[in-house]
Amino acid sequence: MANGTAHDTMAEPSFYEPKGFMSWLLTTDHKRIGIMYLVTISFFFLVGGVFALLMRYELLTPEADFLSPHTYNVFFTMHGSLMVFFFIVPGVAASLGNFLIPLMIGARDVAFPKLNLGSYWVYLAGTAILFGALLQPADTGWTYYTPYSVQSQTDVVLITLGVFVLGFSSILTGMNFIVTIHKLRCPGMTWSRLPLFIWASYATAILQLLATPVVGITLLLLIAERTLGIGFFDPAKGGDPILFQNFFWFYSHPAVYIMVIPAFGIISEIIPVFAKKPIFGYKAIAYSSFAIAIISFFVWLHHMFVSGISETAAAIFSFLTMLVAIPTAIKVFNWTATMYRGSISLESPMLYALSFLFLFTIGGLTGVYLGALAVDVHLHDTYFVVAHMHYVMIGGTVFGFFGAIHFWYSKWFGRMFNELVAKIAWFFFFVGFNVTFFPQFFMGVQGMPRRYATYPAEFQTYHEISTYGSWILAVGVVIMFVNLIAGLFSKEKAPVNQYGSLSLEFTVPSPPPHENFKDIPTVTDWTYGYGKK
Amino acid sequence: MSTHTQTHGHDEHHEIGPKTLIMVWLALTVLTVVTIYIALYDFGRALNIIGAMTIASIKASIVAYYFMHLKFEDKLTWVYALYPMFLLFLLIATTIMETFTRNPALY
Amino acid sequence: MEQAAHHAEHELDPALEYSSSKLGMWLFLGTEILLFGGLFAAYAIFRAKFPEMFSEQHKELDIFKGGLNTVVLIFSSLTMAIAVWAAQKGDKKKVVIFMVITIICGLIFGVVKYFEYSAKLDHHIYPSTSIFFGLYYLMTGLHMIHVFVGLCILGVIAYLAHIGKFTKDYYTPVEVGGLYWHLVDLIWIYLFPLLYLVG
Repeated sequence: MANGTAHDTMAEPSFYEPKGFMSWLLTTDHKRIGIMYLVTISFFFLVGGVFALLMRYELLTPEADFLSPHTYNVFFTMHGSLMVFFFIVPGVAASLGNFLIPLMIGARDVAFPKLNLGSYWVYLAGTAILFGALLQPADTGWTYYTPYSVQSQTDVVLITLGVFVLGFSSILTGMNFIVTIHKLRCPGMTWSRLPLFIWASYATAILQLLATPVVGITLLLLIAERTLGIGFFDPAKGGDPILFQNFFWFYSHPAVYIMVIPAFGIISEIIPVFAKKPIFGYKAIAYSSFAIAIISFFVWLHHMFVSGISETAAAIFSFLTMLVAIPTAIKVFNWTATMYRGSISLESPMLYALSFLFLFTIGGLTGVYLGALAVDVHLHDTYFVVAHMHYVMIGGTVFGFFGAIHFWYSKWFGRMFNELVAKIAWFFFFVGFNVTFFPQFFMGVQGMPRRYATYPAEFQTYHEISTYGSWILAVGVVIMFVNLIAGLFSKEKAPVNQYGSLSLEFTVPSPPPHENFKDIPTVTDWTYGYGKK
Repeated sequence: MSTHTQTHGHDEHHEIGPKTLIMVWLALTVLTVVTIYIALYDFGRALNIIGAMTIASIKASIVAYYFMHLKFEDKLTWVYALYPMFLLFLLIATTIMETFTRNPALY
Repeated sequence: MEQAAHHAEHELDPALEYSSSKLGMWLFLGTEILLFGGLFAAYAIFRAKFPEMFSEQHKELDIFKGGLNTVVLIFSSLTMAIAVWAAQKGDKKKVVIFMVITIICGLIFGVVKYFEYSAKLDHHIYPSTSIFFGLYYLMTGLHMIHVFVGLCILGVIAYLAHIGKFTKDYYTPVEVGGLYWHLVDLIWIYLFPLLYLVG
């Protein structure tokens, strides 16, 4: 299956032809759009990371000697907003999803290519608004909680407007993917043969489609509150600030899964290839993505246990929160079982996948602590939450995402990065990440609250370790980016199938031609028949 | 590969003629008059809103079923037409439940 | 159905394009329902909290203008549905006529709404006056934006119909644009009683 199409490279030019700026800006090719997302979100990842590094530098000492408290507030707002709304929510699903979905299901493009380009433009419009918002940046935190977000003198309207516009991009992308997966699968690509990344993307798309509008209206209400003086969230006018939190988390809890489910899909693709074994529990993994997508709508109140909400509701939602751990655990068990007695090769994508398993399990289990009502009252708004959240978002999503970039790099770019340097970068990233965030669990349990520029001196040791860790982490990220960019200029062309995957995207040339497949393929078996002769 | 004749044949089942459409419209208009009429009487707040929402839901269902051709659509479309309603119900029911079971000592 | 039959320049085969576009529009309508959902939820909470405010202040709204707009919008839904039927028959002339009637109805809706808003503003009733009027302005305002977007979409489609873009084998935009217009009607069907009648 692997090298049969090598001669096609001569026949058809790759999707990088023709060149020119406008040919990119006006492209409807899903692969190009995927790359444009990749570049844009990488930019926001780096900017968001710089904010984080500066905050960590401030926290080296107990006093606010490097940043003023207001600047610190602005920085964590920008860090959160950029990382959540501009990097991780739109990025991983849209960049990888765009590039991979049509290739994996044997289609020439997504169902609505022009709309797909439109979604990217909408995303760009959102980022343009964001740059306007940076003139007087907000200091409310990325959650924009009322009543402070109504009273703050900073420009909350513009940044929430930017996020609102981004939401449309997310909605249209989700809609496009659902239709694509339903209507454009190639002959023989039945639901039980679909790659698990497609199942994961589908579940993500449902959340993008049906959760995002609620945050859209929430932010519109916030904007109306500030500009028209309506009192929905203002107790003085009979409103209710907790209503804002209810609406916000109705989206933002499912959004956590918009961020992480694509990573589940990535891990399901990477592990069988490097363990050379068929995936274990295909159906369980596939359905659990859907279970997560459905259950994630039933848990949002667990973000508000100490907001003064009803105790009855809190107890019910604490229980429901535990349910979401079940499908997630099912996945972890199945991935582990896939590796059992496999012949594992530790190349860079696999290193990221294995780190994912390790770190995401820590992130997931600490999430169970936080979901337990009584424990959460103690841990809420401490560094324990910060650490948990980063173990899920970086340890889960970002590790999965970096693994994916390494895994599909040859397919995207037709070149290869230096494997040894990639491993070194992974090492720094992995070690740096743990040194940064593991101490934060201890700080949190001891009561160090989050979102402060200053802290009691007794926490200094933990903070110092954490800050040093952030430097190691940054070194890892820089090495990785340099290595990946240098790989683009390597002379050697990548083979069609770098790692011996059986998935459809590895049957086309690297990089693929414009419409992916010369003839639409016919699939006769599932993607995970590894290790059989 | 679908040919043009197949496309056409496919659509033949999807037609609702003007006569039916006008009947549907008459029903909608009558229901509008009814809902205005009963709003003029006070049956108590709960009954009035239940009545108005029931009539509105009947009207909405008629519009979806006939005007929007939902009667011809496959299961998938039905799922995606109904699931958002369920989520809307979840959002409204939960926020109401949460708001009105709060500890009064705190407020 | 699962067959990805493409023409050159990755255009989909008409039957596939038809079913894909319809599914896509239904998905989008779901997001629209949830976009309004936040407002409906806010309405439910505040009405339960302040029943007197709602029953007092809703009397300020003009049932006649609201009712007129309801009738106009429902009629426009009818003409839109007939336009789709005409498109299925391949009757280009009727498609254009009925779509133009639909658009005129939408414009009438907008004009009535304009008079309604200006009457409110003349009485110094603003969104900040009370929670009820905040909801009134936001719900009808967001709906009005949808009417406006719908009119633009229908205008383009009517023009395309006029220059003969559609045949009885290809009329996807008419049907999909129609779906959007029906949703605008559908939301108003709820807004009218909630704001004007039971308050």
